[in-house]
Amino acid sequence: MSTWIAACQTDDIDPEDVIPFQHEGVGYAIYRSPEDDFYATAGHCTHERMLLCDGLVMDNTIECPKHNGRFDYTTGRADGAPVLVDLPTYPVRVEDGTVFIGIG
Amino acid sequence: MVKARERLQRYSLVGPEGERAVEAGLADGTDWFRSDVPRRRMKELMRRSDGPAIRDTVIWLGAMAVFGTLGAVFWGSWLAVPFFAAYGVLYGSASDSRWHECGHGTAFKSRRLDDAVYQLACFMVMRNPTVSRWSHTRHHTDTLILGRDPEIQVMRPARLAKLLANFFGLVDVPVALRDTVLHAFGRLTAEQRTYVPDIERAKVFRTARIWLAIYAAVIAACVLTGSILPAMFVGLPRVYGGYMLYVYGLTQHAGMGENVLDHRLNTRTVHMNRVHRFLYWNMNYHVEHHMFPMIPYHRLPELHEEIKDQLAPAYPSLWAAYKEIIPAVLRQLKDPTYYVRRELPPGAPPLHARSDGRALAQ
Repeated sequence: MSTWIAACQTDDIDPEDVIPFQHEGVGYAIYRSPEDDFYATAGHCTHERMLLCDGLVMDNTIECPKHNGRFDYTTGRADGAPVLVDLPTYPVRVEDGTVFIGIG
Repeated sequence: MVKARERLQRYSLVGPEGERAVEAGLADGTDWFRSDVPRRRMKELMRRSDGPAIRDTVIWLGAMAVFGTLGAVFWGSWLAVPFFAAYGVLYGSASDSRWHECGHGTAFKSRRLDDAVYQLACFMVMRNPTVSRWSHTRHHTDTLILGRDPEIQVMRPARLAKLLANFFGLVDVPVALRDTVLHAFGRLTAEQRTYVPDIERAKVFRTARIWLAIYAAVIAACVLTGSILPAMFVGLPRVYGGYMLYVYGLTQHAGMGENVLDHRLNTRTVHMNRVHRFLYWNMNYHVEHHMFPMIPYHRLPELHEEIKDQLAPAYPSLWAAYKEIIPAVLRQLKDPTYYVRRELPPGAPPLHARSDGRALAQ
C-alpha cells in the first residue's frame, strides 16, 4: 500500500525536464514528459549515485550528468553501459495541479 | 625526495593507492566543480542533434576515401606519401576524438549512429569498445586520482621513452594487440578486471575475436598481394598516423596536479585552429568537457564563452600549452612532487575547502 506524498506542483517542472524531491532523507527525481505526463524515480543514478536531476531528459530517457548512462524513466529500465541496474520507479498521480508520488 | 619507482607504483590500479584514495574521499566521484549555468541554458547546450556530427563524419570518412584512393593510385612512388600521411592522421589520430565523443553518447542524437561511429573509431584507434568505455567512465569519476584513474598518460616522473615512442605507435599499438589476443582467449588484464564488470566481459571477448579475424584477413591480403598496401589502409595507419593523437591528448592533463577534485585545476582548455578542432572534435575544451560531460562537442565553444570567467585562463595555442608542459614534465623527472598550479581568476567560486587547488597527496 503506497503512501501518497505531495512532491511538487505541475508548473514546477518544464515539459521534458526533471526536478529533485527529498522526503525523509531520500532523494527522488520527478519528471514531466513531452506529452505532459508525470513520472518519479529514485533520485540517484544506479551506477555511481550521481544526482539525476542535473541530467538531460530526452523523450522518455533520462541521461546521467556524469557518465551519460541512460534510463527509461517511465519504466526505470537501464539502457546499457555504464548503467546496468534498473532505476527504482514510483507511481505518480496528479490532483488539482499537485504531483503526488506513491512511496512504500 | 620520493623515489621514482615507488611513486610510479602508486599509479597501479591493483596496488594500495586506490584504497587510500577511497578512504580519503578522493574517489567518490559525486563531488566535482560545476559552474553555475541556468538550467534552461544548460538544457539548450545539452540538446542533441545529428546534423553537425553527420556533416563531420561525412567529411572525415570522405576525406579518408579520397586520400586513400590517391595513395593507392600513386603507390610505389613518393607521391603516395602525402596522401597516406593525411589518411593516416584521419585514421590513427582523428579516431581518438570520435571514440571519445561517441563513447559519451553525445556526438549524435541517434544512439545507433553514435554506436556505429564508436565501434568504427574503436577499431581504428585500437581500443576495445567495452574496456575503453569502462576505463573512460573511471577516468571521469577519478580524474588524475592516483591508483584509480586508468587513463593517466603522463605520470610523475614521466616514462619519457614510452611517451616519445608512442608518437610512432611503438608502445600503445603492441600493447593493444597483446590485449586483443588476451581478450580473444577470454581474459582481461588485472587492471582491467578492476573496472570492467563481469556482465560486460563477454562483449570484450567477442569483439577481440572479430578484430583478430579482420587483422588476419589484412595480413592474408598482404601475403597474397605481396605488398603491405592492404595494411596501409587497415591497422598500420594507427602506427604511422597516430602521432597527432598524442600531440592533442597530452595537453589534457600532463604536468597537472593529481588528487585534485576541481577539474579547473587538473585539466587544460587549449584554443586551437579550425583544422585541429575538426580533427580533435573540440576536445580541446577539456575543462568544460570534464565539468559537463553531457554537452555535445559542437556546443563546447558556447559553453566555454558562458563560463570562462570562472576558469583559469585557457591556453591560447598548442604552442603555449607545450611551453608549459615540456618544462613541467622535465622538471618532474627530477622532482615528482612538482606540478603546474593553476590559479583561478579573482572571484571564481572554489569547489570547497577540501580541494582548493592544491594537490592533496604528493
